[in-house]
Amino acid sequence: MDGDHAIAEGALAAGCRFFAGYPITPSTETAERFAERAPEVGALFIQMEDELASIAALIGAAWGGKKAMTVTCGPGFSLMVENIGLAAMTETPLVIANVQRGGPSTGLPTLTAQQDMMQARYGSHGDYNIIALTPDSPQECFDLTVEAFNLSEFYRVPVIILTDETVGHMHEKVVIPPAEQIQVVPRNNYSGPKADFRPYQFDSQGGHPMTQAGDGYNFHITGLTHNERGYPVMTAEQSKIVITHLMEKINGNADQIIRLDEDQVDGADVVVVSYGITSRIAVKAIQDARKEGIKVGYLRLITIWPFCEKRIRELAPKIKAFVVPEINYGQMVHEVERGAGGQCATISVNHCGGAVHDPEVILDAIRKANQ
Amino acid sequence: MSTHEIRFSGFGGQGIIRCALITGKALSLYDDKFATMTQSFGPEARGSACAAQLVVSDERVLYPYLTHPGILLALSQEAYDKYWSELPKGGILIVEQDLVKLSGEHLELKLYRVPATRFAEEVGNRLFTNLVALGFLTAVTKVVSAEAMKKALPGLVPDRFLKVNIKAFEKGYEYGLEAMNAGGAAS
Repeated sequence: MDGDHAIAEGALAAGCRFFAGYPITPSTETAERFAERAPEVGALFIQMEDELASIAALIGAAWGGKKAMTVTCGPGFSLMVENIGLAAMTETPLVIANVQRGGPSTGLPTLTAQQDMMQARYGSHGDYNIIALTPDSPQECFDLTVEAFNLSEFYRVPVIILTDETVGHMHEKVVIPPAEQIQVVPRNNYSGPKADFRPYQFDSQGGHPMTQAGDGYNFHITGLTHNERGYPVMTAEQSKIVITHLMEKINGNADQIIRLDEDQVDGADVVVVSYGITSRIAVKAIQDARKEGIKVGYLRLITIWPFCEKRIRELAPKIKAFVVPEINYGQMVHEVERGAGGQCATISVNHCGGAVHDPEVILDAIRKANQ
Repeated sequence: MSTHEIRFSGFGGQGIIRCALITGKALSLYDDKFATMTQSFGPEARGSACAAQLVVSDERVLYPYLTHPGILLALSQEAYDKYWSELPKGGILIVEQDLVKLSGEHLELKLYRVPATRFAEEVGNRLFTNLVALGFLTAVTKVVSAEAMKKALPGLVPDRFLKVNIKAFEKGYEYGLEAMNAGGAAS
């Protein structure tokens, strides 16, 4: 199964029953798979008129009681960013997969890239937070899509699966466990007295219930700065409450959210920080470097946002350098450098997209970092 | 740990990607191996160059691309011209004998030639060329078992053509066994 199909299967396994999207290479296979499988599980698939409408439909579906997702790549994501901000502001759970291709603009429709890392985090205006995950294989496309829904439901936040054309179109064995073995966070709908329902709770650390349109609970959602009932309160004081909550429900729980994959990081002189397909290219360079006697560690970011700042800060004083290969002109490398805080060197191994790195280029950077 | 790297190549429309998918599925699901398939993906049309790569291992495949391809299936002249030289000494080269004109004797390689298109036409349609080639490859490389390959076909070929695809596979497989019995590399 390829990565794109695995995302659709992961979504179905996680209980996603609404998909609205607009086909775009290299993500179309996910939509095709979902559309084909939707009738078997009573899910709804809608091919929308564009990406703006797709993400808007997701917000509606989520408040209509469904777990909802869409899939796109850079050009479509650009059209979605306005309503991603609305989803973040209204604390609406939804999942977006971005199967990245080369940009900017329509760029390289059929070729791989990792150029949308910052867009995923900062695409919409204003201060808000999201979670983003970066699978390195079709298996992880399945596993992390399930996790994306779980995180999205618990923290009531848009979760973005940031994969790429290579993983999306790579075929490998995908093990899908029996349904009862897959941990799924169900939609938490409020069931208490009607007068007490609050769609928002600004000191919530997750798990605050929603309601489903039509269930009889009064609620209001708006992109305006709002109170716990959801009604507009446009003051500096309320803005502080709302924004602090949007930021801290993720930042404050970063340790619970962040997942990393590490190998021989402790005692290393050089640590290669990578994610997605690039980590599988980096592995080759790391193996070759170790043959040359260089002590090099492997740190793979499974959760890309929130960024694993704490771990980078711990490692920085103990190593000579971080090496950060990524298929963009240098995006996450700035986060690594910020986390390192000048306590070690940070070396960017950038790539302008359309292909993966030559492992030799990463190996050279590791050699330089070790000097 | 044994690892095999296979390149399937030809032109669009020959079922090259399908060859890699079938082999990868057979190995992953029925032969208890790990396999990673990557493919050329672009706005290509029928008739243009096409290739798929398969890395096979006893353990999880980390690096997903070919580093030392040991087996090349070339179903077109262009594919042969482009890729044969990356094979190491002792590498296995399988060519479509009616479509590929060899540029040398390739004494350093294990060379096999199969009239896959002609056999496919005998079976019923040249559309089954890829299955003949796969049967042949299965016999001469022994990387994957014939049973696993046949089990992998449902879902990857249309149901109504399953039987004829199996027949094409078996034709290629038997021809491959004959080629082996005739003393390995047949020319």
